[in-house]
Amino acid sequence: MMRLFVTLAALVAALFIASLLVGPARIGAVEGLRALVMGGDGPVPLVMREIRLPRALLAVMIGLSLGLSGAAMQGYLRNPLAEPGLIGVSGSAALGAVLAIHTGLSAAWAFGLPLAALAGALAGVMLVIALAGPRGSSLTLILAGIAISSMAAALTSLVLNLSSNPFAANEIVFWMMGSLADRSISHVGLALPLMLAGWVLLLPLGRGLDALTLGEDAAASMGVRLSRMRLVLVIGTACVVGAATAVAGAIGFVGLVVPHILRPLVGARPSRLLWASGLGGAVMVLAADLAVRLILPERDLKLGVLTALVGAPLFLHLIYKTRRELP
Amino acid sequence: MTLLALDDLSVSLRGRDIFTGVNARVEAGEFVGLIGPNGAGKTTLMRAALGLVAARGHSSLLDHGAAERARLVAWMPQARDIAWPVSVEALVALGRVPHLPVGRPLSARDQAHVDAALSAMGLDDMRRRTATRLSGGEQARVLIARALAQDTPLLMADEPIAGLDPANQISTMQVFAGLAAEGRAVIASLHDLGLAARHCTRLMLMGEGGLVADGPPGDVLTPDNLARVFHVNAWFERTPHGPVFQPLEVIG
Amino acid sequence: MVAAGLALAASTAPVRADEAPRRVVSMNLCTDQLAMMLAGEGQLVSVSNLAVDPRASAMVDQARSYTINHARAEEVHALRPDLVLAGRHSSRASVAMLRRLGIRVEVFAAARSMEDIGAVLERMGRLLGRADAGALAAARFEARLAELRATVRQRPEAALYYANGYTVGDKTLAGQILLAAGFSNTATRAGISGGQVMALEQLVMHAPEVLISGTSYSGETRSEAILDHPAVEILRRTRPSANVHDRDWICGTPYVLRAVHDLGGLRRKALEGAR
Repeated sequence: MMRLFVTLAALVAALFIASLLVGPARIGAVEGLRALVMGGDGPVPLVMREIRLPRALLAVMIGLSLGLSGAAMQGYLRNPLAEPGLIGVSGSAALGAVLAIHTGLSAAWAFGLPLAALAGALAGVMLVIALAGPRGSSLTLILAGIAISSMAAALTSLVLNLSSNPFAANEIVFWMMGSLADRSISHVGLALPLMLAGWVLLLPLGRGLDALTLGEDAAASMGVRLSRMRLVLVIGTACVVGAATAVAGAIGFVGLVVPHILRPLVGARPSRLLWASGLGGAVMVLAADLAVRLILPERDLKLGVLTALVGAPLFLHLIYKTRRELP
Repeated sequence: MTLLALDDLSVSLRGRDIFTGVNARVEAGEFVGLIGPNGAGKTTLMRAALGLVAARGHSSLLDHGAAERARLVAWMPQARDIAWPVSVEALVALGRVPHLPVGRPLSARDQAHVDAALSAMGLDDMRRRTATRLSGGEQARVLIARALAQDTPLLMADEPIAGLDPANQISTMQVFAGLAAEGRAVIASLHDLGLAARHCTRLMLMGEGGLVADGPPGDVLTPDNLARVFHVNAWFERTPHGPVFQPLEVIG
Repeated sequence: MVAAGLALAASTAPVRADEAPRRVVSMNLCTDQLAMMLAGEGQLVSVSNLAVDPRASAMVDQARSYTINHARAEEVHALRPDLVLAGRHSSRASVAMLRRLGIRVEVFAAARSMEDIGAVLERMGRLLGRADAGALAAARFEARLAELRATVRQRPEAALYYANGYTVGDKTLAGQILLAAGFSNTATRAGISGGQVMALEQLVMHAPEVLISGTSYSGETRSEAILDHPAVEILRRTRPSANVHDRDWICGTPYVLRAVHDLGGLRRKALEGAR
């Protein structure tokens, strides 16, 4: 277990540094890192500190959040298909964020943006759990997800189409696919408090999620307070997904791919999967964000495009595997 | 020592009385077989005693908080839920959850309980196998081991031996009887009246909306009770091999 | 190429003064403004809704006296026009529909150079049966442009940076305005000739001498948030910069001269700073 932890942590560190060193502007590794640490005048410290550092930090924070929330939701719903993007939580968060931006709330009060996204995510996650609860089948979960995602996407498009601003309609792509391009340290500041709160809420759920492997009755008889656990899960997920979506749009499939890959490596224990998926999520988002810069450096390729290209086939595979329980 | 006291316990679900006015005490050293036809409320009675379903009346287990209760009674539900492909050993170790402070790994003492539970259910060779890939009967034994690992004075199990082969049914009943003999108590709902008659120290017969009879197997499995509650007659005799009970035919 | 296209369109559709259209409807921001400049009394019936948007249109006050359309075939047809003016970006379906209904539709490409503007003025004049007015406007425009475009020895480098990190190079009207005002364009140095997204760090690394952004629109969007990025703020603080009025930059009309003129002050500031 220690080996897995060290490996994942080392991967995060390596990719974090790579993320700092890759970008459309050609900056030497040594020069860049020196400028990052020492500062100074000129464009290089500006690029390193104001553009690349926030981007790499956000990739880690968002990856951690999405991986962690995916593993937590899967543990609670006991279903490997539960993923914030697929079941509409990210979409609902995006709706909240779009409302905050286009009503001027976020301009009046900076934290209005992540909090509105949190409110959106909260509505989404509560709907999913109400519709697909722990006893729900994969079919109910997927259907609930489709309904919530479509609704959130439609309302997001509506808000953007109603805007008098000519740029608004183009933003649909950002909110649906997500991007870390040209984010700033202020975005880190906006997202971090909520994410920290979410991590603190979600990480200790492991013990209860482990017990839930045996079903609700057995878990309850082992002292797990299910209603309290559900509340913590809902709020924790809304915090991390809301904060991530508010600053980077809806990045899908991270919470699906990462737990799926890591589950065999942690002996399928939901508690261990929590932190492992957090680290794994950071690895995946860092890698995907590097890839968008390496594959099409001149275009603003959306991060969610890459995660979906990896995640959608896996999603199909998982549906194929679980189709026996579908009618 | 009384490990469970039920006073005037009644449960209604959706306006229908499942059972009413159940009074019972279970003492240390007892292996109680909870018997009765389908739908008599055996599962609901145990769940109500554990506080998993709302009930009127009183169950002594509910005098304790959820965490404390988990150290007093272990519960093996009938549904054999194993959500994730964990190893047998990891699954059995979940029984130690109520005893572990948050975030603490298994201590040597916890591991000893896990090992003992695995041995008791004959799972030593299977500890590394993936629980979800086992047969139904094997999974049942793993789940019993999980409940054993919880190491509680009282164990409640819902149809623990359903689906087991004869050898495993008998050895499981012997494990439960052994627990009772060492000063604990076991309450298990059972459909095999023959095994119940042979191994249980006491039977509780559910039917007709409540507890019909409660006492040693010989006092409960009377022709009259069997005819009234189960609609069968049976052959029941004390033999040199112990009590033997065999239902014969459906009556009326 | 564009000019050739315009000439071709003009030659296939000869219009004599006595056949001047009486009910002209324009459904594109740029043709709106050209038509308002050149149309005779009562000839122009309707302009598009963008013409009354003060952020996009340089002729809001004039536009208010016309019926406003939303560039939809049905409402345009209901105005019973004998000539419809559309842009290359107008909906193909709407244009095709109007043509099927037997209405003459003239499509204008977006101007990409100063030369395009003179040609477009002349074409609009001919289409409206006011060729003289068109030729006069074109001549005035070219004369004034020549005045403004006094030869410069030093060209400070400026970057045009818009919402979503969009920038434009020399093969665009905005790029041409920048050149006419005596600047060189950072986008050109970055190998960008048309319009495309330039990553913020490229902008920072190219360290332009002057930073020019569009004015932000009312109604918040995240597209424009990049213009408030700390790195952009620092660039803006450390060199001459300006927010320009999009309305003078969007369409190939004589109002681009105002845009060129307005950049004069910024250029002087840049040259003083360099000294």
